[in-house]
Amino acid sequence: MNEYTLLILLLLISLLWFYFGNKTALSLKNKQLKLNSLPHYYGIYVALYSIIPSLFSYLLILVFDGILFSNLIMEFVPKEILNSPDFNKIIVLAQIDNAVRGIYFGEQPDWVTIASNQMIEWNNQSLIVNFFCSISLALGIGYLGFKNIHQEFRSRNSVEKIIISLLGLSSIIAILTTIGIVFSVIFESLRFFAIIPASEFLFGLTWNPQFEGAERAGSGQEGLASYGSVPLFVGTFLISLIALCVSVPIGLFSAVYLSEYANKKERSIFKPLLEILAGIPTVVYGFFAALTVAPLMRNGGSLIGLDVASESALAAGFVMGIMIIPFISSLSDDVINAVPQSLRDAGYGLGSTKNEVITNVIIPAALPGIIASIILAVSRAIGETMIVVMAAGLAANLSFNPLDAVTTVTAQIVTILVGDQEFESAKTLSAFALALTLIVITLILNFYALHVVKKYREQYE
Amino acid sequence: MNKNNSKMLTADEASKIVASSVIRRRKKDARLKTYGRIAIGLAVSFLIFLFVSIFSKGIPGFFQYYVTLDVYLDRDRLDPKGDLSPESLYNGDARSIVLESLYKVINPKGRKEKKAAKKIISSNADVRISKMVLDNSKILGKTISITFAVDDDIDSFLRGYIKRETPSSERRINDTVIKFVDKLSAENRISYKFSDYILTGSASRSPEIAGIKGAFIGSMLTLAVCFIIAFPLGVATAVYLEEFAPKNRITEIIEVNINNLAAVPSVVFGILGLAIFIGVFGMPRSIPLLGGMVLALMTLPTIIISSRAAIRAVPPSIKDAAYGIGASKLQTIFHHVLPLAMPGMLTGTIIGMAQALGETAPLLMIGMVAFIVDIPGGVTDPGTVLPVQIFMWADFAERMFIQKTSSAIIVLLVFLIFMNAAAVILRKKLERRW
Repeated sequence: MNEYTLLILLLLISLLWFYFGNKTALSLKNKQLKLNSLPHYYGIYVALYSIIPSLFSYLLILVFDGILFSNLIMEFVPKEILNSPDFNKIIVLAQIDNAVRGIYFGEQPDWVTIASNQMIEWNNQSLIVNFFCSISLALGIGYLGFKNIHQEFRSRNSVEKIIISLLGLSSIIAILTTIGIVFSVIFESLRFFAIIPASEFLFGLTWNPQFEGAERAGSGQEGLASYGSVPLFVGTFLISLIALCVSVPIGLFSAVYLSEYANKKERSIFKPLLEILAGIPTVVYGFFAALTVAPLMRNGGSLIGLDVASESALAAGFVMGIMIIPFISSLSDDVINAVPQSLRDAGYGLGSTKNEVITNVIIPAALPGIIASIILAVSRAIGETMIVVMAAGLAANLSFNPLDAVTTVTAQIVTILVGDQEFESAKTLSAFALALTLIVITLILNFYALHVVKKYREQYE
Repeated sequence: MNKNNSKMLTADEASKIVASSVIRRRKKDARLKTYGRIAIGLAVSFLIFLFVSIFSKGIPGFFQYYVTLDVYLDRDRLDPKGDLSPESLYNGDARSIVLESLYKVINPKGRKEKKAAKKIISSNADVRISKMVLDNSKILGKTISITFAVDDDIDSFLRGYIKRETPSSERRINDTVIKFVDKLSAENRISYKFSDYILTGSASRSPEIAGIKGAFIGSMLTLAVCFIIAFPLGVATAVYLEEFAPKNRITEIIEVNINNLAAVPSVVFGILGLAIFIGVFGMPRSIPLLGGMVLALMTLPTIIISSRAAIRAVPPSIKDAAYGIGASKLQTIFHHVLPLAMPGMLTGTIIGMAQALGETAPLLMIGMVAFIVDIPGGVTDPGTVLPVQIFMWADFAERMFIQKTSSAIIVLLVFLIFMNAAAVILRKKLERRW
């Protein structure tokens, strides 16, 4: 028996309750009694009564026994390991977990075997406890619901109340997600700022967390880690700027052409084609940037005597620009189309050419929307990760030269947090501080964009 | 022109000025049109360039070179215990049997040449023989001709990426190996055919036997978890917000929240998974269940927003008709509104799933980047997904991995195109106009 069979068992029990509830209601109906609700509502009522509390207790035990056990198991870890400077809870837990699953690499220390045996025993016990709790809840509360059934019972109203509150509960998930994001980022960031002063993080000019380990080993001043985030933001800014230089002209001119000059057929071909660009996974763009565009630029640069780094900001920014073309073109296209036809007609009536109508009437009218689309594209570019991880490199150079290798906030977050890491070190915590700034920046940009759009919409009402 | 405004013009003069300016203005107009065409042309040519560069590398990645050898399957050496168990075959001598049949063809002399000959065949050759024997033990004791994948360096050489003209010291393979390969091709033993490994193999450090099956199944499991969580939650939230939510501050906060979540960079969801699901709830890393949960939170806003639009598009007359015959609000919604809004909601969900299928960054952070050879059998087995596999392969130095990466990208793109096409067809077919 395992967790899955228990889950299936719970579902079966509630199905059984549905059957009994339904049957009782039908038998009442057969006695020529007038029921308050349709018979199946009685069945659903009992089934819901049985499944909701039992599922709740099932999930609760499933989630929290792991947390409890991982804390209790520390009793079994020898003192000298607990107190040693390179003690890492995650690694110790992984060691025990592997032993539980039967994955061994060579000889195990004794305490791991003991701890894993204890863990297996606990797991079995918790499964048994879970089994009894959930099954008895499913049967017991189901029975309570079953006893409620009588002719006058308003089962439909009760079922609907339960379902509506379930619907309401699910809408809270969105809030929980936000709270989860905010808390996970803010707490770790606060811990980071307790180690590294915020002023150093915000205004420091060198970013070099790689020496964290060396610093601990006592290699002296030479290997001191530094957490000045300015180079990362400069890199992010530089790459986003390059991306905008590519995407804004192409996106805007495409949008103008598609909405004003193109006939229906051209529109139906090119609009979806441009939107394909937005649907391609970013890892594909990253691969394209690293293996096709970057070497092309390197070779092209050396032809005209420029020294382009093999992981240059230019290649990453260029490819990112291609990626965000559809964000600008689609949104701008929408706002240009939203400009009332009467404004255009007025322009044409004065004898203007299309060009004059576009530059003097449409663009000024659509400008707020166009700006909003560009802001959204910027926020997209800042949050983009895979292209920069694969093509822009990890060297935190403080450089405004697009031919140099630079790194970005997102790329650093990924490199720091990929793989096993210690939650306590300043290096890991710095990624959370970076994420916090990233979230703040993108949210401000999005709020601003929404604000601009809202203001614009009111103009033609 | 402004200067002319001040003095009176005769009609002739005025029309002359206009006539001369019209040409200029029309030219300007044509110029803007051309700019627009150039912009679209550029965007489309980028797209074509991207596809051509990936397909030109990726299509050959589905094929690879094989060498055919006549192998005598010695029963005693392959199966020392004689019980045909996998362990017994594993302990057998398959590797040297393969090498001996190779030596028979190319006759290496001395240790150095033998060492070179060993490099020709993929290290996976013995596994292939063991598998064949396991499938059909009747072949034991016979001599049959079997095709083996050649090593990735030989493959690159045969494709012409490693050039014969390059000085031996700078090549990854030396002259002796090339001599042997020539000998094999002279005997028509080298063949180029559809790869046995790319679609059915799992992750490996040897590019010639690496495949995407593990990552593909991991992707499907992750996507399944994502769908099971995100679709019901998204639809439920949309129904609640559209039909039941009272217009108050809490509702407003939820709505602003959903819009904000849609704008949060995907990498942040990885941090959420790392800090909450792994850090607080102690979930194991690298499992599709965790990946699916993180992606579900990421796609939830997309699904909610499109589902709300779909529900809103159902005309009130249908609801009124249902109310009119005595349906309760919930009955109206479940029996009439949701079925009619379903195409729209499914379209949004498919688009969200397509995003989730291509997403990489958050999954890197919850450990799905681990090198896992086993194919995951369930949502709690460690696994990886297709985009992460692409990311890992793109980092490997071997030339052959570039083709394999492109092939994996093609598979991913085919799936995305398939999903998006399904969304478009669904929308076209089930869309109703009221």
